[in-house]
Amino acid sequence: MADAHDMLFRTLADPTRRAIFERLCRDGEQTVGALTARAGVSQPAVSKHLGLLKQAGLVRDRHEGRQTHYSAQLGALAPLIDWTGQMSSFWQSRFDDLEDLLKRMDQ
Amino acid sequence: MNETSTETRTVVVEREFAAPPEKLWRALTQPHLIQEWLMKNDFKPVTGHRFNLRGDWGGVLDCEVLAIEPNKALTYTWDFAHDDAAFSLKSVVTFTLTPTSTGTHLRMEQSGFRPDQKQAFGGARHGWQQFFANLEQVLARTD
Repeated sequence: MADAHDMLFRTLADPTRRAIFERLCRDGEQTVGALTARAGVSQPAVSKHLGLLKQAGLVRDRHEGRQTHYSAQLGALAPLIDWTGQMSSFWQSRFDDLEDLLKRMDQ
Repeated sequence: MNETSTETRTVVVEREFAAPPEKLWRALTQPHLIQEWLMKNDFKPVTGHRFNLRGDWGGVLDCEVLAIEPNKALTYTWDFAHDDAAFSLKSVVTFTLTPTSTGTHLRMEQSGFRPDQKQAFGGARHGWQQFFANLEQVLARTD
């Protein structure tokens, strides 16, 4: 669990890499060429970033002819989103209010 | 990680209240009391009754009573429908009341989406900014 977090954080720590990932989240599947045009770095650099994103499970590649298309894998973020943690906090705070209510209620 | 990513997620919150089960049951099943601690609602303690929970934020949850056992257990669905599947959520909430020597032990279990489904990310967009804020904090600490 901690390792998975570390890997995600490390991978997304780089601003250029994060920008590439955000772009894939926002705009959907892209080729390396299209990403390079917007990334402000060379194509080999973009490819390297994509390789690291892929290692972390954050992107998936799909080969079509001579082009490689990359897409964001939001599922990889699941450990960070922690829905269960959010809901636990929600219910804890509801239970606080329930406790208050029980004190005010008639028997 | 892969193991859990295909399973339904469950949240369990438990607490002991200094009140008998009958009193706690009223707070769980009477609309004006539910409103006081949870949300505005049109709940009825009848199996199959469909109702809404309306949050202060404007969100409306679609619910249906699945099972009811007075003073002991209550189960209803807790769904949030949205045109964009990324925002929607399907889950089931079960309250279980157990009398204790000093009051009642209340257990709330909410079972929800599987993280590999698109609706798993009901909180994802909402949490997006939070996610990056967290990321920045972590990075600030690791230097």
